[in-house]
Amino acid sequence: MELTLAIAIGVLTGSGVWLILRPRTYQLVIGLSLLSYAVNLFIFSMGRLRVGAAPVLGADGMGNPAGYADPVPQALVLTAIVIGFATTALLLVVLLVSRGMTGSDHVDGRESG
Amino acid sequence: MEHYPILLIIALPFLAGLAAVLLPTDSRTTVTWLAGATTLACLALTLSLYPSVSSGDSVIHRIQWVPALGLDFTLRMDGFAWIFALLVCGIGFLVVVYARYYMSAEDPIRRFYLFFLAFTGSMLGVVLSGNLILLVIFWELTSIFSFLLIGYWHHNQAARDGARMTFTITAIGGLALLAGVLIVGHIVGSYDLDVVLASGDAIRSHDLYVPALLLILLGTLTKSAQFPFHFWLPNAMAAPTPVSAFLHSATMVKAGVFLMARLWPVLSGTPEWFTILGLAGMASLVLGAYLAMFQQDLKGLLAYSTISHLGLITLLLSLGSPLAAVAAIFHMLNHATFKASLFMAAGIVDHEAGTRDLRRLSGLFRYMPITGTLVMVASAAMAGVPLLNGFLSKEMFFAEAVETHADSWVDTIAPYAAVLGSALAVTYSIRLIHSIFLGAPPESFPREPHEPPFWMRFPVTFLVVACLIVGIIPGMTIGPFLHVAVSSVLGDATPEYSLAVWHGFTLPLAMSAVALAGGALLYLAAGDYLERSESAPLLGRIQGYRIFEQVTVAVSWRWARLVEDIFGTRRLQPQMRLLAGAAIAAAAIPLFASGVGFEAYGNGTTDLAFAGLWGIGMICALAAAHQAKFHRLAALVLLGATGLVTCMTFVWLSAPDLAATQLVVEIVTTVLILLGLRWLPKRTSALVEPGGWMARLRRIRDLTIAVAAGAGMTAISYAVMTRTPPESIAGFFMEKAYSEGGGRNVVNVILVDFRGFDTLGEITVLGIVALTVFALLRRFRPAPDSIERPEQQQVQRSYDEAEPDREAGATAAEYLFVPSVIMQWMFPVVIVLAAYLLLRGHDAPGGGFVAGVAMAAGFILQYMAAGTVWVEDRLRILPVVWIGVGLLLAALTGTASLLLGDSFLTSYFRYADLPLVGKVPLASATVFDLGVFSLVVGATVLMLIAIAHQSIRRLRAARLEEERQ
Repeated sequence: MELTLAIAIGVLTGSGVWLILRPRTYQLVIGLSLLSYAVNLFIFSMGRLRVGAAPVLGADGMGNPAGYADPVPQALVLTAIVIGFATTALLLVVLLVSRGMTGSDHVDGRESG
Repeated sequence: MEHYPILLIIALPFLAGLAAVLLPTDSRTTVTWLAGATTLACLALTLSLYPSVSSGDSVIHRIQWVPALGLDFTLRMDGFAWIFALLVCGIGFLVVVYARYYMSAEDPIRRFYLFFLAFTGSMLGVVLSGNLILLVIFWELTSIFSFLLIGYWHHNQAARDGARMTFTITAIGGLALLAGVLIVGHIVGSYDLDVVLASGDAIRSHDLYVPALLLILLGTLTKSAQFPFHFWLPNAMAAPTPVSAFLHSATMVKAGVFLMARLWPVLSGTPEWFTILGLAGMASLVLGAYLAMFQQDLKGLLAYSTISHLGLITLLLSLGSPLAAVAAIFHMLNHATFKASLFMAAGIVDHEAGTRDLRRLSGLFRYMPITGTLVMVASAAMAGVPLLNGFLSKEMFFAEAVETHADSWVDTIAPYAAVLGSALAVTYSIRLIHSIFLGAPPESFPREPHEPPFWMRFPVTFLVVACLIVGIIPGMTIGPFLHVAVSSVLGDATPEYSLAVWHGFTLPLAMSAVALAGGALLYLAAGDYLERSESAPLLGRIQGYRIFEQVTVAVSWRWARLVEDIFGTRRLQPQMRLLAGAAIAAAAIPLFASGVGFEAYGNGTTDLAFAGLWGIGMICALAAAHQAKFHRLAALVLLGATGLVTCMTFVWLSAPDLAATQLVVEIVTTVLILLGLRWLPKRTSALVEPGGWMARLRRIRDLTIAVAAGAGMTAISYAVMTRTPPESIAGFFMEKAYSEGGGRNVVNVILVDFRGFDTLGEITVLGIVALTVFALLRRFRPAPDSIERPEQQQVQRSYDEAEPDREAGATAAEYLFVPSVIMQWMFPVVIVLAAYLLLRGHDAPGGGFVAGVAMAAGFILQYMAAGTVWVEDRLRILPVVWIGVGLLLAALTGTASLLLGDSFLTSYFRYADLPLVGKVPLASATVFDLGVFSLVVGATVLMLIAIAHQSIRRLRAARLEEERQ
C-alpha cells in the first residue's frame, strides 16, 4: 500500500513536471493539476496511511490519539484542495487572456523561433 | 512619560492631511482653512510649551513601540527643537496663506495641502524625535513628501526629473544616515537621544567613530544640498513656489544642518569632523555664491544662494567652537526668514510679470513699489547689510573664521573664503535687485504687472519686518529664545556672546566692509557680463546633475539591461526547467549529504485492490500527460479520472473530509476547464513542432527532469511512510477537539477553531483570487479566430436553417433535454445536501468548504442545464455579496471573542435542540464555518460565471444592438 502510493505520487509528479515543461498553455494547466494531486497526496501521506480510522471521535467525544489517523495533514490538504481550484482558475484565466491578447496559446505568447 | 501637546503637534498635520483627502474636490477654501488652522494650532501648541523648555528642561512624551529593540516612540522638545518647531509651524502658516493666492484654480489643491501637511508633520517629527531611529523614519518621510511636493505639477517633465533627482539623492543619504545611526546605537547601546547626547566621549573614541561619522554626514550633507551633492537643489526649483519657500528655506534643507547641530556635542571636535565639514561647507559657500551670480532664473539664483548660506552654516559647525555653533544656529533662523520671504517674493514677481527670467525682467519698481521695497530689504539681509539680521550672524561668522581652531590649511584659508563668499553674495544680491526692479521697463511684459493682493504679500511683509526688527534690536527680540536654543545644544559649554549690532571697530567689521565694497565693485565691473552670460565660466561646464543623470542611466538602464541579457529570459520554459532543476537539487543535496540509506525503510502493507486502483490512476495520469497537446477533452477526462482515484484514496485511507471536498472540487474544476476550452485555438496534428535532433534532445532532457522529480518523490514519500511517526501535535488536537472545540470531527475543528486564523487567511486568498479572475475577464478580448461560434453550434444552426419547420437555435435548446430537466429538479436537492454538509460538519465529515463547493456546483448545474441567459433571467446570484458576507461573518466571529475579552477567534459552543432538526451543536465556530461556506460559494460561482459569461458576451451585445434598432 505504501509502495503503491509512493509510486503513484512519483508518477503523478513526473507527469506533472513533464507537462509544465511543455510549450502549450493547456498542457501547463493539466500539468499543474496533476502536480497538485501529487503534492496533496504527499502531504496527506506524511500522516502515515491508516485504514478505517477516520479522525471523527465517538459519541462521548473521547478518543485515544493512537486509534485515529493524523488529522493535521488532512486539515492542511483540505484547504489546499480548495485553494488549488482557485489558483487553477486564475492560471486558466491568465492564459486565456494572454491567448486573447497575443493570438497564440504558446506559453510565451508567441511561437518560439 | 506622557505629554500630549507635543504628540498633538506631530499628529495634527497628518490627521488634517487625511481629512483634506476626504473633503470634496472643489472645496478650495475649506481645505485652505483646514491647513491654515492646523499650522496655526501647531504654532500655538509650540508657543504654549515655551515655559516648559525655557528653564532648560526638555519635554518628553514616550510611547513604547518595540522595546525589545530599544525602539520607543519618543518625542522630545528642548530649546533647540522648540525654536525649530516654531520656525516650521510659523513659516508653514505663512506659506499656507501665500499658497492660497499663488495656486491657480486649475491646480488640484487638496493634493497640494495633503502633501504639504504630511510634509509639515514629517519635518516636525524630525525636529521633535527623541529617538534616533524615529528621527530617521521621519527624515525619510520628509524625502518622500518633498518628492511628491516637488513633482506636484507632474505633467511637467522638469518637475518629474527634479523630484526624482531630489528623492534619489536625499533618500540615499537617508539610508546612509540610518546605517550611521545604527552604528551609533551599537556604540552607545541605545537610540535614545538623551543617552546618545551624554555619550560623546565614548562615541568619539570608538573604533567605529569614523564610519559612523561618514555615514551620518552623508545623510546630512545630501539633505542640506552641500557640495558635492548640491546639484539637486537648483533642479528642485520646478516645484511650485510655496513649496520652494517652505522646503528650501526653512525646512527640508535645514534638516541636514539641524541634525549636525543636534549631534554637534557628540560628533564634533575631531580632525575628521573638521576636515570633512570644513571642506564641504567652504566649497558650498564659495561655489554656491559664485554660481548664483550667473543664474538667469530668479529661483535658480535663490537656490544657489541657499546652497551658499547652508555652506556657511556647515562651515561654522565644522569649527568645533561653541561660539561658532551659536552663530550657526542663529544663521539657520536668519536665513530661513529672509530666504522664505525672497522665495515668496520671487513667486509674486513670476505671478505678476509672467516670467522669472532676470534678462527679461526690468524696471518693475514703478509697477510694484511695495514688493520692490520688501525684496530690497530681504536681499540686503541676504547680503549681510548692517541693521538686518543677516548682518549679525555674518559678523559672528567672520569673527569665528579668523580664530584659529585647528592646525590645518583649511583653517588658514577659512577667513579668505568667508570674505570671498560674502562678497559674491553681495554681488548676486545687488544683481537681483538691479535686474528686476531698477532700470528701464522693457517694451512689454508677458502680463501687465501690478501689486499682488494684500494677503499674498502679507507673508513676505511679515518676514521682512522680522528681519528688520531682529537686525536692529536683536537682544530684545530673538535674544532670549536664541539663548534657550543654544544652551539646550551646548549645555555647560554655552559661551558668553553678545548680539549687539555695534561691537566697535573690529576685524570682522572690516571684513564686512571689504565684502560689501568688493561685492558692489564686482557688480559695477561685471554686471553687464553677468546679464548676458549663458553659464558660469570655469565651473559652468561641470554640472553635477549631468553626472548624476549619466550614473542613473548607467545603473538603471545599461547595467540592468546587461544583467537581464546575461541572466534573464523572457521564455517560460527555461525558467520552469530551472525551477524544477533547483527543486530537485534542493531536495537531493541535503538527502545525499546527510546519507539517507535505503536500509532504514520499514515494511509497508500490501493491498492488491489498492494497487489495482492506482494502476488505473497512473495510466490515466500518464495518458493525460500524453494527450494534453492534441486531445484536450480526452486529457481533461483522464485528469478527472486521476482525481477520482485520488478521491477514492482519501476514502480508503481514513480521510472522509478530504474525499468529499476532492469530489466536489473535481466537478467544478472540470466545468471550469471545459469553459476555458472554447477559447483555445484548434489544434490538429498538422501543427507539429519543428522536428530534428535538437527537438528530440530537448524532449529527452525534459523527460529526464520529469523522471528524476517523480523518482525522488517516490523515494522520499516511501521513506517517510514506512517509518514510525514521531510524536506529533496530532495527539493534542485529538484530545482537545471535543473538550475545548466542541466538535467530534477533528479535521473540521482544526480548520474552524484551532487553526481558525489560518483558515481566515486562506478564505481571504480565495476571495482575492476570485476577484482577480473576475477583474481579468472584464477586459477579456478573445483571439480573432475564437470569436466565431464554435463549429458544433454552426453545424447545428445550419441544420436548423436548412429545415423549414425548425427555428434557429432549436437543436441547441433541445440538446440533452432529459438530463437538463433532471438537473433543474436536482437544484433543491443540492441545496439541501449543501446545508446538510455544512451543519453536520462539526461532528461528522462535512464543513464549510465542501458545502460551499457543493452549493456552487448546484448553481453551475443550473447554468449548464438551461443556459446562462435563462438562469440569469430568473435567478440573481450576487457572488461578490456572498464573498463579502462570508469574509465579514468569519472576521466578525473572531472579533466577537475579542470583545468578550478572549483572544481573536476563540470559540464558544453548546448544543441546542431545534424542532424537526434535532440536537444541533451551536458553536461560534459554526458561524465561522458559515462564513467559510458563503465565501467559498461566492468565490467559486464568481470565477465560473465570469468565464461562462464570455461566451454570451457577443450574444448579449448583439441583442442590445437589436433592441436599439
